[in-house]
Amino acid sequence: MSIVTVQLGQCGNQIGFEVFDALLRDSHSFQGLCSKRENEAYQTSCKERFFSEEESGVPIARAVLVDMEPKVINQTLSKAAQSGRWKYGQHACFCQKQGSGNNWAYGYSVHGPRHEESIMNLIQKEVEKCDSFSGFFIIMSMAGGTGSGLGAFVTQNLQDQYPNSLKMNQIIWPYGTGEVIVQNYNSVLTLSHLYRSSDALLVHENDAVHKICAKLMNIKQISFSDINQVLAHQLGSVFQPTYSAESSFHYRRNPLGIDWQVRPPLSGLPPLGKMSLSKDLHFNTSIANLVILRGKDVQSADVEGFKDPALYTSWLEPVHAFNVWKTQRAFSKYEKSAVLVSNSQFLVKPLDMIVKKAWNMFASKAYIHQYTKCGIEEEDFLDSFTLLEQVIASYCNL
Amino acid sequence: MTQSVVVQVGQCGNQIGCCFWDLALREHAAVNQKGIYDEAISSFFRNVDTRVVGDGGSISKGKICSLKARAVLIDMEEGVVNEILQGPLRDVFDMNQLITDISGSGNNWAVGHKVFGSLYQDQLLEKLRKSAEHCDCLQCFFIIHSMGGGTGSGLGTFLLKMLEDEFPEVYRFVTSIYPSCEDDVITSPYNSILAMKELNEHADCVLPIDNQSLFDIISKIDLMVNSGKLGTTVKPKSLVTSSSGALKKCHKKPFDAMNNIVANLLLNLTSSARFEGSLNMDLNEISMNLVPFPQLHYLVSSLTPLYTLADVNIPPRRLDQMFSDAFSKDHQLLQADPKHSLYLACALMVRGNVQISDLRRNIERLKPSLQFVSWNQEGWKTSLCSIPPVGHSHSLLALANNTCVKPTFMELKERFMRLYKKKAHLHHYLQVEGMEESCFTEAVSSLSALIQEYNQLDATKNVPVQDLPRLSIAVCCFHWLPY
Repeated sequence: MSIVTVQLGQCGNQIGFEVFDALLRDSHSFQGLCSKRENEAYQTSCKERFFSEEESGVPIARAVLVDMEPKVINQTLSKAAQSGRWKYGQHACFCQKQGSGNNWAYGYSVHGPRHEESIMNLIQKEVEKCDSFSGFFIIMSMAGGTGSGLGAFVTQNLQDQYPNSLKMNQIIWPYGTGEVIVQNYNSVLTLSHLYRSSDALLVHENDAVHKICAKLMNIKQISFSDINQVLAHQLGSVFQPTYSAESSFHYRRNPLGIDWQVRPPLSGLPPLGKMSLSKDLHFNTSIANLVILRGKDVQSADVEGFKDPALYTSWLEPVHAFNVWKTQRAFSKYEKSAVLVSNSQFLVKPLDMIVKKAWNMFASKAYIHQYTKCGIEEEDFLDSFTLLEQVIASYCNL
Repeated sequence: MTQSVVVQVGQCGNQIGCCFWDLALREHAAVNQKGIYDEAISSFFRNVDTRVVGDGGSISKGKICSLKARAVLIDMEEGVVNEILQGPLRDVFDMNQLITDISGSGNNWAVGHKVFGSLYQDQLLEKLRKSAEHCDCLQCFFIIHSMGGGTGSGLGTFLLKMLEDEFPEVYRFVTSIYPSCEDDVITSPYNSILAMKELNEHADCVLPIDNQSLFDIISKIDLMVNSGKLGTTVKPKSLVTSSSGALKKCHKKPFDAMNNIVANLLLNLTSSARFEGSLNMDLNEISMNLVPFPQLHYLVSSLTPLYTLADVNIPPRRLDQMFSDAFSKDHQLLQADPKHSLYLACALMVRGNVQISDLRRNIERLKPSLQFVSWNQEGWKTSLCSIPPVGHSHSLLALANNTCVKPTFMELKERFMRLYKKKAHLHHYLQVEGMEESCFTEAVSSLSALIQEYNQLDATKNVPVQDLPRLSIAVCCFHWLPY
């Protein structure tokens, strides 16, 4: 089953390139920790999901590149072509001449409607190329104008046009200390809109990834390239094939088929009695955790720690909230690797921070004239604030 | 990719403009080794087939045939423009891009604005429209002028209103040279204040610069070059004042070095829009991020480094020094001290081999010593452009929307009032048709209102920042959208 990736804006396109590169690189790096047949099945599955085949044999990424100015897309296309291992489709991009100016309103209200048809057509073409289509992976940042505003617009359109397909948005949380001065406005507007139209928001914070580069990888002069590669590595280890529960000989067909929709009970159900294994450590309360293990000794790995009720909200039994996927085929150059995808309170603090800063700025009305002149009114801001406060409250109550 | 048109008005505007075009050619020649007309060059230059009669057919791709500046040159005297057209840059301009007269504006804003404004209105419109038509996607007009004279000040600001009406979607970035205290034009306060009203109302963004600051920077550089400290030598092309490697061979006029600084400012401002980098910043992002309220659009700029020493290996300490310098008052292009005033917003535009971690480290380091307005505590906009300026391995342009512009405006107002109270030289203005005393009083009011805005912001300095009460949400049951 195939995923169509939509890369939006400078960030989305720069990351998108690294993701496809990481996926293909891993697909070609066989460590011999599983059988040859397994490896071949892995490679086939990976290719089917993310690439289509060309006569010349060079895999073409199943991706649509969108940006409102040409520099980054040009660079991305040529980097891919230069690698020789894969490339982007010839007609897979949509580009304009003048960017969105870090203005969410411009991306959403001006560029969106203006280029709706062209962009949706491109995406449609890519979807039609898939034998069996599973969903969308949309890569965007929150801080700028195109990724954030146009990204929100496109996601909404995808919701309308493909209501039965999964839409997962990879959003990049900006550094706490400015990349863009109006990043908090743009983030608030993006999140509130995505909440209404996306199925899952996969979040990566620049600050967190930066720390990984500095503390864990000891990189001295960290560039965006370094950051994007760490990100791509993480995403690759989530999206590469894993065994399905039914049979250990077939890779699961639906790569995004995690049960993201957790329905909380209506009020009135008593909390389940729980025995906590460890009372001292304080964890963020989760409603869903997915662990993916790859490589040596996966069958004997002990994941009992993840089933501790202390990790989960009182109205969920760990067995309903925790999932583990395994494959013996190792990822990249790592003999053993594990990745955790979590739906928990970890985002409450950063989200609260962004809402707080945006609210303080909104009270002074600073920069609002830049948004209203493109059709986003103060009311739209208020709606967004309201929705996000609700999200924060919901997560806090877990 | 977008294009920009430079409109250079008056003696000062044209002299700076000339330096700009010279350095722009030098920069693009250094980057574009193959001589292919690419999108970066197209932002400021047209590629023209000179064999085609008339306007010269524009060539959009392929080898560079003949580059023509996207510029309109305006002066009410002929001296400066004639010199440009006879100088080494003559092929970069053509006759269709000029508007000149012979009599000059006599250092009188009213003559520049009212007399020449109405006289040349149609011609101006025609030339501007033509230059816009040559652009695939015109994003910005860069207006270069001085405030103290008659043409740059008067006609330059007349243009602003015209551009706003005719091309409302195109940004208007104005580089204005403010008169220093010892300015030898007696009526410069009148001209400046009359011009300021127009800047307040019709410019998107103003970069105020004064001659004294430019002069101080040059003195500093001269001192460094001539001191022969520790036997170090300065790389000639790296001087922010130098035109080494450019077409003009030597500093004929005393202002050349100063003009080169301003020319470099414009090049660095547009570098991230023209060249690639890991974090691009287009011109429309400048306005979006640095102008929180429409009337507060004055940005103080500082450029570092002013020169590069000949030793090639730049240790990180040198890099950090670059950031520190950007905030020192010696590097500002206006007599201003942003460090001790209030920041509304700040942009750091870096060029060269600098990565995001260098940027972050320095922001963290410098932040505690700077005061930001309460609603924009982390008001930083950053950009990383891979291509450094000629002669440097890296450079930094800092743009600050800061209350430190206030003293310049207040001082200007004081000089104005000293003249106005005595009605000195007023008759030269009032005898121009369309000029009345109300023009003066309105202009002063406009400036006073602006100063008042800055005063109100300054009053919030040192007041502890308090978080405002947030929306309170009643959560009695979860809100989930039905599927």
